[in-house]
Amino acid sequence: MAECHPVGFQWVMEAKARGATVIHVDPRFTRTSAMADLHVPLRAGSDIAFLGGLIRHVLENEKYFREYVLAYTNAATIVSEEFRDTEDLDGVFSGLDPRRRAYDFSSWRYEDAEVSAPSGLQEMRPEERDRVRGAARGEKHGSGGAEVSAGPMRIRTDETLRHPRCVFQILRRHFARYTPETVERICGIPQETFAKVCELITENSGRERTTAFVYSVGWTQHTVGVQYIRTAAILQTLLGNIGRPGGGILALRGHASIQGSTDIPTLFNLLPGYLPMPHADRGRDLEEYLRAETVRKGHWGNMRSYLVSLLKAWWGEAANADNDFCFDHLPRLTGDHGTYRTVLAQLDGVCKGYFLLGENPAVGSANARLQRLGMAKLDWLVVRDFSLIESATWWKDGPEIETGELRTEDIGTEVFFLPAAAHTEKSGSFTNTQRLLQWHRQAVEPAGDARSDLWFAFELGRRIRAKLADPAYRERHGLDDVEMDRPVLELTWDYPTEGRHGEPDAEAVLAEINGRDAAGRPLSSYLELRPDGSTSCGCWIYCGVYADGVNQADRRRPGSEQDWVAAEWGWAWPMNRRILYNRASADPAGRPWSERKAYLRWDESRRRWVGPDVPDFDPATPPDHEPPPDATGPEALSGTDAFIMQADGKAWLYAPSGLVDGPLPAHYEPQESPFANPLYGQRRNPVRSLPPPGREHFQPSDGERGAQVFPYVATTYRLTEHHTAGGMSRWLPRLSELQPEFFCEVSPELARERGLEHLGWATVITARSAIEARVLVTERMKPLRVQGRWLHQIGLPYHWGPNGLTTGDAANELAHIALDPNVHIQEVKALACDIRPGRRPRGRALRELVEEYRRRAGIDEQTGRQM
Amino acid sequence: MSDPAADTGYADPPPRMGFFTDTSVCIGCKACEVACKEWNAIPEDGMELTGMSYDNTAGLGASTWRHVAFVERRGPVPAGPGGEGGEPSPQGAATPGREEGELRWLMASDVCKHCTHAACLDVCPTGALFRTEFGTVVVQEDVCNGCGYCIPACPYGVIDQRRGDGRAWKCTLCYDRISTGLEPACAKACPTESIQYGPVEELRERAASRLAALQEAGVRQARLYGADPDDGVGGAGAFFLLLDEPEVYGLPPDPVVTTRDLPSMWRHAAVAAAGLLGAAVLACLTGRRR
Repeated sequence: MAECHPVGFQWVMEAKARGATVIHVDPRFTRTSAMADLHVPLRAGSDIAFLGGLIRHVLENEKYFREYVLAYTNAATIVSEEFRDTEDLDGVFSGLDPRRRAYDFSSWRYEDAEVSAPSGLQEMRPEERDRVRGAARGEKHGSGGAEVSAGPMRIRTDETLRHPRCVFQILRRHFARYTPETVERICGIPQETFAKVCELITENSGRERTTAFVYSVGWTQHTVGVQYIRTAAILQTLLGNIGRPGGGILALRGHASIQGSTDIPTLFNLLPGYLPMPHADRGRDLEEYLRAETVRKGHWGNMRSYLVSLLKAWWGEAANADNDFCFDHLPRLTGDHGTYRTVLAQLDGVCKGYFLLGENPAVGSANARLQRLGMAKLDWLVVRDFSLIESATWWKDGPEIETGELRTEDIGTEVFFLPAAAHTEKSGSFTNTQRLLQWHRQAVEPAGDARSDLWFAFELGRRIRAKLADPAYRERHGLDDVEMDRPVLELTWDYPTEGRHGEPDAEAVLAEINGRDAAGRPLSSYLELRPDGSTSCGCWIYCGVYADGVNQADRRRPGSEQDWVAAEWGWAWPMNRRILYNRASADPAGRPWSERKAYLRWDESRRRWVGPDVPDFDPATPPDHEPPPDATGPEALSGTDAFIMQADGKAWLYAPSGLVDGPLPAHYEPQESPFANPLYGQRRNPVRSLPPPGREHFQPSDGERGAQVFPYVATTYRLTEHHTAGGMSRWLPRLSELQPEFFCEVSPELARERGLEHLGWATVITARSAIEARVLVTERMKPLRVQGRWLHQIGLPYHWGPNGLTTGDAANELAHIALDPNVHIQEVKALACDIRPGRRPRGRALRELVEEYRRRAGIDEQTGRQM
Repeated sequence: MSDPAADTGYADPPPRMGFFTDTSVCIGCKACEVACKEWNAIPEDGMELTGMSYDNTAGLGASTWRHVAFVERRGPVPAGPGGEGGEPSPQGAATPGREEGELRWLMASDVCKHCTHAACLDVCPTGALFRTEFGTVVVQEDVCNGCGYCIPACPYGVIDQRRGDGRAWKCTLCYDRISTGLEPACAKACPTESIQYGPVEELRERAASRLAALQEAGVRQARLYGADPDDGVGGAGAFFLLLDEPEVYGLPPDPVVTTRDLPSMWRHAAVAAAGLLGAAVLACLTGRRR
């Protein structure tokens, strides 16, 4: 965190000054480790075993927060008799179809619950199901708040937690094998160190204290990335660290406003506010979509209001009850359209055009070579960035030109480069990990031809609409199907512009996102949204950010002038709530768990919830409230249903739906690993997403012939001095001089073993490519004792490419595109590789070296593809 | 405490201003280096991988007025988790063949010390270097003639000539910013308050209490550097809290103003000259007698 989020790390330093203990779990000793009370180096790719060990410690030693767990989690819920755990099936869950490499989720459901989600999947044909599954349905609803019960019946529970099929007992059995000895064998963490972590975390949780977890892409970028986060969620829920001050699991993003770009998504499978994108195979009309996606209880119960208001914001007058509010104007998914699937579609000649807005896949995406080969098959490519990044120039000076794989004269891609404005040159909001929107104002007009992304999107739409609306143009180009163009022509696209360049007014966009009532007045809460088309709202969770016509995100009242929650700094979604699920900060009777950790409390005399934050529910709902049996939506929540987005109102220790790779996390080895999986016969995530054969080569893992060719583990990361793929730092002298060259970090022990010299060159090789880097030998890299042998790990910062003031090979040349099946993220945090002294070969010889390694390791089309 | 601005002849000067750099909370982000170069429009000065841990700046110079040192070093442990002083916090099992002791990664942002007795200023023949009303030492770029006398005069090796320019450059403690009530760029950019700006007197009190707190927490190696008005430079306007010997950070352990002995040197020289003159006269006189 100190390394990649130094500004946010000031708050960790402040907590430390107030006595907080900081534990840093990372394969490498980083700037964060230097500030931590305890650094725990572990093998890259082994965190589920580590966290699973903590869960076992908490369960076996009765360290969980029993009252909290009983009141607010699904620990007592009875799971269907059909469910089989990894304990029963040697590392896989029930429902696995080996032929289709996918799970049928029906056996994971709660007992007697009628429908298990992703809802609606069960009634579909298998091939339809695969397409829908491929479309990353697990991501829908953000919180995984899928349906668990279609009917009004109660879910069966056992409050004594003794029923063998209750979630609590399933958890105990599932994690029983994650012993300290196992943690040591898998992660390389000595038992003494692990015991210290267990002690520190459990002592700092409970009524009086809370512990927070902070993670970044070190957890997500794995073929089991989502399950890493699930494991942390189980642990934090057991310890009672969710919904309370000082608790939580905080995702630090790689980039300003990545949270914002998920809320109002740049993701293919979501509409604003985590509404699922309709699929071609289901939800053909509005009613069918809502039937499949709406849950009975909780805030997702009002999905119709959210969606209809969104359609009204986009299509205005054209959207009315007679035409399903233009629901048909929305595009439909036909499968996975994520970034890696798009690259494969480029190689297949299916994807013809590509916009890159502030993204540099030729350096920043896994298997960078494949990215460039894909772009070489395009008809057109638009790159909007500050500088001529590698993704804009690969066609003339990229690595494949050097190796002879591509020749400039053979490439048909027409490349457009459009200079982009920086954040100081435009107004807008950033949404941070706390869901806090903070507004920034333009300081200077962009220079030259540079324009904001908002200007670009607005102008592109304006110009396309003008062409489509021009009868002469239509006739000239034979565009005779006006129906097809209605979604574009009927869009509300009338933002006021300002300044020398005609920049759209960003606050007008914010006002549209906030939403308006029938009279055009700004709404102040998503509770005001209506299903009848009388309200419009561009993103239901952002409703209220422009309440009273005031830009609430622009509030800057200093912390010193308000209480410690500082509700008047910026604006947090939803409803300016600073801690989600804050009902859990009080006990079932509405009393704070302790005065030290008091947040919200039920004030009986005033008959309302009071405290420094906005309650997660109607503030007049008493703690003992029981909803009427026929209630739906938020009204169906009881006074103790703290997890208001979940269909059962509970935090899920066991996820009966929402994930495609299991209701519980299990340790699987990375796609490529020098080690076997000592826990299960199942080595890797059985349903991980793999590209079709012929597009990429995978390496053998331990126990398979040739695995010893790649005996080390590389992990990629960032340095404070640079930014992601370098577009914002490698062209700046004041940053480039601070880290002027690509390097790899190795331990003195590995340097001795492989003959690497400090400041000399090394070549790192995988089945995809070979790259060269300067060598930094440092004791900060530490060999780990794993499964009885010493493992050396290699650190590879991934900022570099051939362009800019500081240049170097891109670490992502080495990475493969086996992906997490839930969200399609690449596994760049744990890569088996080889390293040797000296520079890499040039030209054709580079590919020959990679070929030689593939031959030596016996790699063919099928290697690494076993389930 | 001596007041260098008053000593210089400013009537009723503002309080002496300076830096307290608390390296125990430095996270090595180098924001100070970037902010300094950005505000003062200092050019890039070297794109070389030094191999000195994450320090590719290497040292202070004409085009580097803030420099973050990175020191990888084994040593005794600061406070262990839970607060018991000196308890070794486990870093995992010892690696065979490695030195004992916990690995520490020390980071410290160095800067011009703005000495109470500043030799650079004493030796400057043009008056380009001057003492400001805030007690800081600043080079006037339009007066400096590039003679370079100040360079060997500095006991810390801070000031230097810029290649291709010839003039001497160093930290101004953002004279332009502080003159209008702003804090220096580096302190403004520091996310962890490792660099604190303020009246030197106040900073010294803050430093003393921070040192006491650390020592109480068992960080026995913590010490102040440059905070003592009785040291060889009369106390620095920019002083530090270090977690190890100054030499570990590349700082001289006992710096002395290089012009400290100038008066006595002149005195000795005068005595010697007088003696020589006397001897010569005597020689002449006695010679005549012969």
